[in-house]
Amino acid sequence: MAKQTDDQVVDTQGMNYLVSLPRRVVTVYVPLAAFLFVLLFPFYWMGITTFKPNEELLSREGNPFWVVNPTLAHIKKLLFDTSYPDWLWNTMLVAVVSTFLSLVCSVLAAYAIERLRFRGSRYVGMSVFLAYLVPPSILFIPLAKVVFELGIFDTRLALILTYPTFLIPFCTWLLMGYFRSIPFELEECALIDGASRWQILTRIVLPLAVPGLISAGIFAFTLSWNEFIYALTFISSSEVKTVPVGVITELVEGDVYHWGALMAGALLGSLPVAILYSFFVEYYVAGMTGAVKE
Amino acid sequence: MPCRRTGATATEGEVRAYVSRLLDNRNALGLLFLLPAGALLLLFLTYPLGLGVWLGFTDTKIGRGGAWVGLENYEFLFGDAVARLSLFNTLFYTVVASVIKFALGLWLALLLNKHVPFKTVVRAVVLLPFIVPTALSAIAFWWIYDAQFSVISWALTELGLIDRYIDFLGDPWNARLSTIAANIWRGVPFVAICLLAGLQTISPSYYEAASLDGATPWQQFRYVTLPLLTPIIAVVMTFSVLFTFTDFQLIYVLTRGGPLNATHLMATLSFQRAIPGGALGEGAALAVSMVPFLLAAILFSYFGLQRRAWQQGGAD
Repeated sequence: MAKQTDDQVVDTQGMNYLVSLPRRVVTVYVPLAAFLFVLLFPFYWMGITTFKPNEELLSREGNPFWVVNPTLAHIKKLLFDTSYPDWLWNTMLVAVVSTFLSLVCSVLAAYAIERLRFRGSRYVGMSVFLAYLVPPSILFIPLAKVVFELGIFDTRLALILTYPTFLIPFCTWLLMGYFRSIPFELEECALIDGASRWQILTRIVLPLAVPGLISAGIFAFTLSWNEFIYALTFISSSEVKTVPVGVITELVEGDVYHWGALMAGALLGSLPVAILYSFFVEYYVAGMTGAVKE
Repeated sequence: MPCRRTGATATEGEVRAYVSRLLDNRNALGLLFLLPAGALLLLFLTYPLGLGVWLGFTDTKIGRGGAWVGLENYEFLFGDAVARLSLFNTLFYTVVASVIKFALGLWLALLLNKHVPFKTVVRAVVLLPFIVPTALSAIAFWWIYDAQFSVISWALTELGLIDRYIDFLGDPWNARLSTIAANIWRGVPFVAICLLAGLQTISPSYYEAASLDGATPWQQFRYVTLPLLTPIIAVVMTFSVLFTFTDFQLIYVLTRGGPLNATHLMATLSFQRAIPGGALGEGAALAVSMVPFLLAAILFSYFGLQRRAWQQGGAD
């Protein structure tokens, strides 16, 4: 294993030894540093604003890139004077439940499409991909009507049931790819040994597809955490709002923007996904590129 | 399990035999496995899609069922200056943002494919803008673009490049370009990481062969990298165009369509007309009118780029 990685390193180096260091600095390091600066600056700005007292925020004197007297006042205001903790809890609940629901549905559907090979499974597979291409912004108006008629308007259930519309197609598509890579022979052996289809799915296919399940789960969780337009349309009571919608609709009051509290809200709302992502980077990237590559 | 009546056992056995026969039939079992996903998608995806098309032909308002009005909504939208402006904005936003996202994303992917220190960390960090909720990072941009306290204006003033703070979101063209910049910021990591995955599948021996034949770095990029990358570029850009065209969050948070509707996209306008405005029929018609453009964009980037892959692929 170690040898293989060594070989790969040597391989990717390729003809790099021909490129001199000054040239590398100009063509690689400087542009890369510029990219990183631009991509990360908004997060730095979010963080620094969170801890800045109001006087420093609203003065043009001094260096805005640093904070002289850090304060926790904005976070305190956010956690104790607004419904922010409720929104965090709602977002977490909706994201976890809808991800779990979508995973269960997707595993069954992907296994059926990829391995049961029932009549018409090709067309079902194609329609799953097409469903993935339907954007929420053309769906939210009729969906609002459906949600209203079902009597679940302004409840968390509305979000839990509508998020799978974009999660299931994505997860199914991803899992179909994973199931395809599992050898048929394993299933045939199990069939000969008298296993039922259900046993094959739970005892053979699923354990082998764990990386795929993690990829799909992480991706689905971040997608539902980040969802905005459905939550904005279907929810109106403060206590059932999700973080993105709550921050936008409730923390922006009148003409005076509480930038400190807004940035604290953005920072705290971004942290859970960022932390989760940092633990599962490889799975996340595999999920994202896997869905595109197929 | 003791049974009182033999009749019951017989039927139970028959039922069990029938069920096990059913579970051996792949069509029946396939249907059963598809049921949960299918039911959810039919109720919350397919049905609303059809309902949306139907609503577009009615004058439905919130709290009042509508009557069939034929093409009236579409005729009205066609004559509506704001709707036409939103179409222009959407096309401008999509074209400019997608082209720049592609160029910068490809450049970033090529950079990340080089051998640099802390490669894995850099790659992980690059994707952050794509991970965090867009609505929340848009607030950070809102603050960065603030008319009075913008840090960009501050830096440019300190450098002596401008003498007045820039009104990023108050002037129509500034607002358009600022929202596009924020969209690019969010989209570049996605394009870059996906293209990087494609780059990693290209064998280094091609480059070695090319440089032995005396190809310059530009020629290597043009005649080795680009042709081999074209299929994945097609898919990535299809997704990128799709997401950009239907973008909602960024505009809603940064400008709500203002100033003077200069940044209204079709998605934000249909939200404004349908939900706060209450005109569900009109909003649905506006949303439905995005579909042909989306289909055209998908077909163009998919087939357009695929054919090039085939042309450059070689002999046949």
